Amino acid sequence: MNWIDTIAQGVLLGGLYALFAAGLSLVFGIMRLVNLAHGDLIVMGAYLILLVVSVTGINPFLAALIAMPLMFALGWGLQRVVLNRVLGPDILPPLLVTFGLSIVVQNVLLQGFSADSQRVGAGALETASVDLGVVTLGVMPLLTFASAIAVIVCLNWVFYRTSLGRAFRATSDDPVTASLMGIKPQGIFAMATGIAMIVVTIAALYLGMRANFDPTIGPARLIYAFEAVIIGGLGSLWGTLAGGVIIGVAQTLGAAINPEWQILAGHIAFLVVLLIRPRGLFPRAFD
Amino acid sequence: MTLLETRALTARYGDFQALFGVDIALQAGQTVAIIGANGAGKTTLMRSIAGVLRNAPEQVLFEGRSVGALPADEITALGIAMVPEGRRLFPSLSVEENLLIGAYGRKVQGHWGLEAVYGLFPILRERRLNPGTALSGGQQQMVAIGRALMSNPRVLLCDEISLGLAPVVIRDIYAALPRIKEAGASVVLVEQDIGQAMKVSDHVYCMMEGRVTLSGSPASLSRAAIHDAYFGAHA
Repeated sequence: MNWIDTIAQGVLLGGLYALFAAGLSLVFGIMRLVNLAHGDLIVMGAYLILLVVSVTGINPFLAALIAMPLMFALGWGLQRVVLNRVLGPDILPPLLVTFGLSIVVQNVLLQGFSADSQRVGAGALETASVDLGVVTLGVMPLLTFASAIAVIVCLNWVFYRTSLGRAFRATSDDPVTASLMGIKPQGIFAMATGIAMIVVTIAALYLGMRANFDPTIGPARLIYAFEAVIIGGLGSLWGTLAGGVIIGVAQTLGAAINPEWQILAGHIAFLVVLLIRPRGLFPRAFD
Repeated sequence: MTLLETRALTARYGDFQALFGVDIALQAGQTVAIIGANGAGKTTLMRSIAGVLRNAPEQVLFEGRSVGALPADEITALGIAMVPEGRRLFPSLSVEENLLIGAYGRKVQGHWGLEAVYGLFPILRERRLNPGTALSGGQQQMVAIGRALMSNPRVLLCDEISLGLAPVVIRDIYAALPRIKEAGASVVLVEQDIGQAMKVSDHVYCMMEGRVTLSGSPASLSRAAIHDAYFGAHA
């Protein structure tokens, strides 16, 4: 067994998990909303990309560009019409609503696309690889990882360098005082969910190109995303990437020992981190 | 000209009524002080004007317009800014970001911008990259005032800006008041320090248990009358 290869593959797999998790982390960081439908929204994004590809015949990456504004609008509307109404001091109503949303999304997808598993074809890219001597890495996993880093760099730029990002952080700290600054917290939340859905679309693109998907796989993706966010520390995007990498490496190492251990090894790594650092690796200094 | 006015303003938190028909008026260019003991309703009055608490539209008038029912972000956009009790700086923003966010909702040109605020409180320029909450109490209060000024308000509401600060720091902060007024803001001050309130204001309202019990220009009010209005006692 080639340990370096196993670890390298795990790190790259972590990029996919970080993509799953980044949108979740963003929304939780700004409005303390745990979106249980996040995984299903990723699957929905994958179907949307598949639909665009099969109708127009264009490249999946271009299809994702078309899907992004649609998903942004969907997220914006979802927050405005549904989620803003249930946000408050009680954390239970948003959990119930997003749990219900998860079931609705799964069943709408089942109705619309059947239970058959699907895949977004990416042509030669699916099997392309680069030989680095010590290890050979797939182009697709490399692209996934690079996209995860690009997403986190962009989100951090928005968060820490723009007026919108200041409004995000201020609203997250104290929505009442933020409104005294002329900020509409409800509008800020809608913007945040819209941006999270753009990230969801990117995650959906790689989910759809790398593996088969069907309407029911969302919740399993949600668990990896949660684990990545919690390992990294709530609200830290680089921490989320680290969390994704830890789960990815644990899974590939587990699988290298015995294929039955793949999923379990990821969950065990999560529990070990929770035991040692209950607040995650990079927790925010306050809250 | 009456810039800001409340008419028979009532406010309640659930079943608890905090204000019972409060009438105050702020003339353009003037400073009004609201004094009273803890629980008199001073902060509730400020929160009602600022739109944090909603009221019937005609209970708050700004430039003759009924604004009592507007949310806080729209009140800010009209030109009423508040320095909230306890300063309420944003812990995840630096000093400079706290100031910048003050200009988020109202983009009118005016005297106040980053440079003008640093001119008013020079210490903030040195501390501008620190987290807002890493500063001393007095410096945090300067940030809170600067943040409110960044929207170039017509009316500045200051809720207990001297609370918990050393006398020398309070003096520094009040020294900024004339320049704030020169730049075009009229001021409503909530103050527990009666002496300070009398010194800087053109008109004083004394509140007790949700009502205005005394009002007038500082010169026209006797110590004994204020004492009675403040404590409700007839000594």
